[in-house]
Amino acid sequence: MNLTAIDWIVMMVYFIFVLGIGFALKRYMKTSKDFFQAGQAIPAWVCGLAFISANLGAQEVIGMAASGAKYGIATSHFYWIGAIPAMVFVGVFMMPFYYGSRARSVPEYLSLRFDEKTRGLNAVSFAIMTVFSSGISMYAMAKLIQVLHIFDRMFSGLGFDPHYIFHFSIVLSAVIVLGYIFLGGLTSAIYNEVLQFFLIVAGFLPLVVIGLKDVGGWAGIKQTLPATFTHSWRGLSHANTNPLGVEVFGLAMGLGFVLSFGYWCTDFLVVQRAMAADSMGAARRTPLIAAFPKMLFPFLVILPGLIAISVVPKAIHSANSVQAGQMESGKGLIPAKIDESTGKPRLDGNGKPLLDYDLAIPMMLLHYFPTGVLGLGLTALLASFMSGMAGNVTAFNTVWTYDIYQAYINKTASDEHYLWMGRMTTIFGIAASVLAAYVATQFNNIMDVLQLIFAFVNAPLFATFLLGMFWKRATANGAFFGLLGGTLAAALHHGLTLPEGAAVGVKGGWLSIVHTYPSEMAQNFWTAIAAFTACFSATILISLVTTPREEKELVGLVYSLTERPREENIPWYMKPATLGAVVLGATLLLNIVFY
Amino acid sequence: MGLDIRTPVGAMFAILGLLLTGYGIFGDKSIYERSLGWNVNLSWGIVLLVFGAAMLYAGMRKAQRLK
Repeated sequence: MNLTAIDWIVMMVYFIFVLGIGFALKRYMKTSKDFFQAGQAIPAWVCGLAFISANLGAQEVIGMAASGAKYGIATSHFYWIGAIPAMVFVGVFMMPFYYGSRARSVPEYLSLRFDEKTRGLNAVSFAIMTVFSSGISMYAMAKLIQVLHIFDRMFSGLGFDPHYIFHFSIVLSAVIVLGYIFLGGLTSAIYNEVLQFFLIVAGFLPLVVIGLKDVGGWAGIKQTLPATFTHSWRGLSHANTNPLGVEVFGLAMGLGFVLSFGYWCTDFLVVQRAMAADSMGAARRTPLIAAFPKMLFPFLVILPGLIAISVVPKAIHSANSVQAGQMESGKGLIPAKIDESTGKPRLDGNGKPLLDYDLAIPMMLLHYFPTGVLGLGLTALLASFMSGMAGNVTAFNTVWTYDIYQAYINKTASDEHYLWMGRMTTIFGIAASVLAAYVATQFNNIMDVLQLIFAFVNAPLFATFLLGMFWKRATANGAFFGLLGGTLAAALHHGLTLPEGAAVGVKGGWLSIVHTYPSEMAQNFWTAIAAFTACFSATILISLVTTPREEKELVGLVYSLTERPREENIPWYMKPATLGAVVLGATLLLNIVFY
Repeated sequence: MGLDIRTPVGAMFAILGLLLTGYGIFGDKSIYERSLGWNVNLSWGIVLLVFGAAMLYAGMRKAQRLK
């Protein structure tokens, strides 16, 4: 890759500002509330941008473009079905209980509403999960830096061994994220997420403009690609007639309801951003404000994938970063996967080369961007990796300090001590992420197994919160055993089913194969549906035979016993319900346009 | 919070905008072959500069008002 001085300067400017924000905020970090909850003093629009930015990690940017290239515009379901409705729901209906109760975190809400064992279960599984997510983000970033040869010239110029580039990338990202969170806590993470948000838009928007111009606009893409790639709902009535391999019920229920609501409404990583808002109104507006850019993000992250697959490269001048054979057997700008032992493209069952879809965005950057704006694009990519990491680290240090350390280890320490603990946990969390990143390099399967287990643990969560917030009769034992039952159901469903063509093991079928799904995605959605249904019914059944808590203890925690948040001094256009209706209407419109 | 986020965001984008605009004016023009002949550094640099300046202005006005 030919980076010149201007690209490096752009990158340096960004890193200086990232750390500079941390230093500037250091003097405001006086109490643990400042550090873990950003002093609950952040305006709604800032929280809103941080809310989506924390979710805009590597998986999002790289993965959504990859999926755009692989499945087409149907990938937008992950936004228009799989995010927007849940974001509206959490803002309008759930935020009053998160922000309005004394809870400082999502697990703490569970302890107030149910009991300590439910909280402990959630806190511990969440803490482990965040560390591994941040480690995976770190690993993916270092791997990408290696594949794109970003630091190669610098390393050879300085006379270093290029084998250390991977380690250097891990350490560099760890030090930067550690630096700004250690100094400025959640405020620093939120501020940097806002910076990252604008940077990602600034880096990718010109890419989409140039790319669209090259392929002849949306009309050009429509001519090049099959119709299922440019129509998001085409063929969804049956799993075999669309590229996702999912039918409409599995999509709406599995992705649109269980997975999406489970993530956006209960994952502390995103909810923490809204809980840092400066008022109840601002907290409720946070996910709604976030929904506006979220709704438009497919054009920034999925469209590049579609462009990459439809381009006919005239002269492949980006070939200097990957082997020439990789491009020749690839499609559009997407290179083929190379078998490292033979140097030849890897082939699928039909003898066609497997494509490395994850390189869609990086290859687009290299293909279209001249030096200068190339530095900006790469910085945006690095920023997206770091925002994913930082989001996990801040969520981890809060849950560890408030929900594990203060709840079970040291209950009565001074506030100063908890602030200190938060800083130490940041160091520990990042060290553990680095460790996780190296585990990922050694045992790819372990990471797959872990992610699977997290999926089992997370899938039933929304049922617990839904019943906890909207059914006052739900009891602590109902919630706890419902959660366990949901996780068990997810594991059972996974163990009894297999996606077509997959090998028995991590992909499923490890108990026996009762059903085969047309795609892995379909299996995932139905695993989630099984978990939710089991947790929902088990919680209700157990709650009915156990004693509920007294109603006066549940005020502020349950819908029917809580006063509606006052809205009379909020202008009508800023009311959560109005914003929610506008977002949903606009999303519907987008679905119609791309039908 | 004592620091308005618009100030650093504005400052950073103003600097990045200046850098790209300058490079677009004075740098080698043959590099724009890959961006289909569009001097993307110049035009996008100006966009970023304007955005940065607007954010900076908003952040500073808020700081003035607080004083």
